[in-house]
Amino acid sequence: MSVLNKILASAAAAAMMIAAPASAEDTRIALVVKALGIGFFEAAAKGAEEAAAELGGVEIIYTGPTDTTAEGQIEVINALIAQNVDAIAISANDTDALVPALKKAMQRGITVISWDSGVAPEGRQMHLNPSSNALIGNMIIKLAADHLPDGGDVAVLSATTTSTNQNTWIEEMNKVMGNYPGINVVATVYGDDLADKSYREATGLMQSYPDLDAIIAPTSVGIVAAAQAVVDAGKVGEVNVTGLGLPSEMAGAIESGASQSFAIWNPIDLGYSATMLAYEIAKNGAATDPGSAIPMGRMGSLTLDDNSEGAMADPFIYDASNIDEFKSIF
Amino acid sequence: MLPRVIPVRELILSIAILALLVLISARFAGFAAPSNLLNVFNDTAPLIILALGQMVVILTRCIDLSVAANLALTGMVVAMINVAMPGLPIPVILTIAILLGAIMGAINGLLVWKLAIPPIVVTLGTMTVFRGIIFLISDGKWVNAHEMSDAFTGFPRTTVLGLPMLSWVAILAVVIFGIMMARTSLGRAIFAVGGNPHAAVYAGINVGKTQFLAFVLSGALAGLTGYLWVARYAVAYVDIAGGFELEVVAACVIGGISIAGGIGSVGGAVLGAIFLGVVKNALPVINISPFWQLAISGSAILIAVAFNARAGKTKGRIILKSAEGST
Repeated sequence: MSVLNKILASAAAAAMMIAAPASAEDTRIALVVKALGIGFFEAAAKGAEEAAAELGGVEIIYTGPTDTTAEGQIEVINALIAQNVDAIAISANDTDALVPALKKAMQRGITVISWDSGVAPEGRQMHLNPSSNALIGNMIIKLAADHLPDGGDVAVLSATTTSTNQNTWIEEMNKVMGNYPGINVVATVYGDDLADKSYREATGLMQSYPDLDAIIAPTSVGIVAAAQAVVDAGKVGEVNVTGLGLPSEMAGAIESGASQSFAIWNPIDLGYSATMLAYEIAKNGAATDPGSAIPMGRMGSLTLDDNSEGAMADPFIYDASNIDEFKSIF
Repeated sequence: MLPRVIPVRELILSIAILALLVLISARFAGFAAPSNLLNVFNDTAPLIILALGQMVVILTRCIDLSVAANLALTGMVVAMINVAMPGLPIPVILTIAILLGAIMGAINGLLVWKLAIPPIVVTLGTMTVFRGIIFLISDGKWVNAHEMSDAFTGFPRTTVLGLPMLSWVAILAVVIFGIMMARTSLGRAIFAVGGNPHAAVYAGINVGKTQFLAFVLSGALAGLTGYLWVARYAVAYVDIAGGFELEVVAACVIGGISIAGGIGSVGGAVLGAIFLGVVKNALPVINISPFWQLAISGSAILIAVAFNARAGKTKGRIILKSAEGST
């Protein structure tokens, strides 16, 4: 009996010693992404490493399945539970399917947060949104206004009349119009997220409003098509195309001058913030109740809402100065 | 009888287009300016090219719903080729696009000809398959403007004698198809197969083979348009020209091409496409709520078709005048 106890005890001690070097010194934070090999997430991992270097004593485990499936992520989560990491920060492939696996992780004392693409509230302690509807609504009109110091006429080129995201952003934009005196929104048109229809609508806008100064397209298909329409109409420099787009898709429009600047979240900041938050919760015991504020390094602090969600920051502005750095990332 | 009916259809459609232009001009004066009309024609060029191919297919009592997917796949392939080999000259790109499109058309044609599967089923299937293949080869990623070479995106925009190449390609296609339908045995065979397949067999025409060739022609034109489309909008992704096949069929129907086959003309297809092109280009500038636009463009199509149907109605000859009066 006592012999057996001794053996068990020493085995446990040995196990502790094997596991110890990593967990005792370093805080191990797993950054789980939708799939490996995606530029956006590689950039997020870069941000996570930046946060780790700033914090010190943090090891980043950048991992994810090879394709964007929930099953693949569940396997990854189970492996991370077995490794007994300190925190998991995940961009989920499925809102609900990951909940059981993540619950198991939380029961083992692992801090679980989601970022970018969220998990249902019962499967995580908090969620980090890249931005919020109000911030995006403000940003899209600010992008146009920044290049129109004397005011001017702008038009909105949206996706479809029923696109929830775009409608919400335009609504939020209209709420803050008072802060931008001299800027008139003369029309809102819909390109249905089709390149040809968006192109035609943008051309129509330039014909109907010859003094148009800017086209705001809060949709990635629309902004690219509008930029092409402006180039083809020979109105580069007269009409500025802006809104939300991806650097890889907008590089040509920035180069041609059809677009002065546009915005989208910055994946580096996102990975940085997710790591900071995971560290604060896992190491410093930051509360994740609604209303609490969690610091996240250079990105300020995150205030959680009733669903324990928070918005990181304004969308990041891309222009000629940084497009080359980001166009190969995402 | 037939040669007289077709010009009447085209005359009515031309008048409808003119009336439409007058109506639009009342709301937006600049629309009927010659330079703008040229822009409208240029914007409609892809639809014209596709409508020609669709016309040939519909004439043989088939339908090709895979044209937009064919266009998108060819567009993606040539865009990816351009990214991999930016130095490849444009004539080579054009040849690849036409050949690739023709191969996809031939797949449709073979399934219809050799396996006798109804064309609507075959092309619904290949439509989805082609879109799926785009996803596979592109990984769902876009090919963007800055990745394409200047020559690649510049070709449709190059102005020759005041018109962009895109318009010239459409005009060239119209001329070739006009000659083909009127002056070649294939053109006559296409009409014969659609008009009366049994009689066509007795006349020594291979019905299946004619339908196959119609699909190849339609595919080749879709491939050609694929390059022009991608170069014009300077972007290639999975969903380009989504739902465009229905516009192509609509253009044919407006142009008086009978869905039952055998009746139609190159002029009709072109006018049908131009009618749709005018409506599509006018809607953004006549300041009508976007919520009404879909309903309006749908109504315009219905009205045009209704006019056409009435004009093309062949009245039965009443033999017994007295019997008609007595009933």
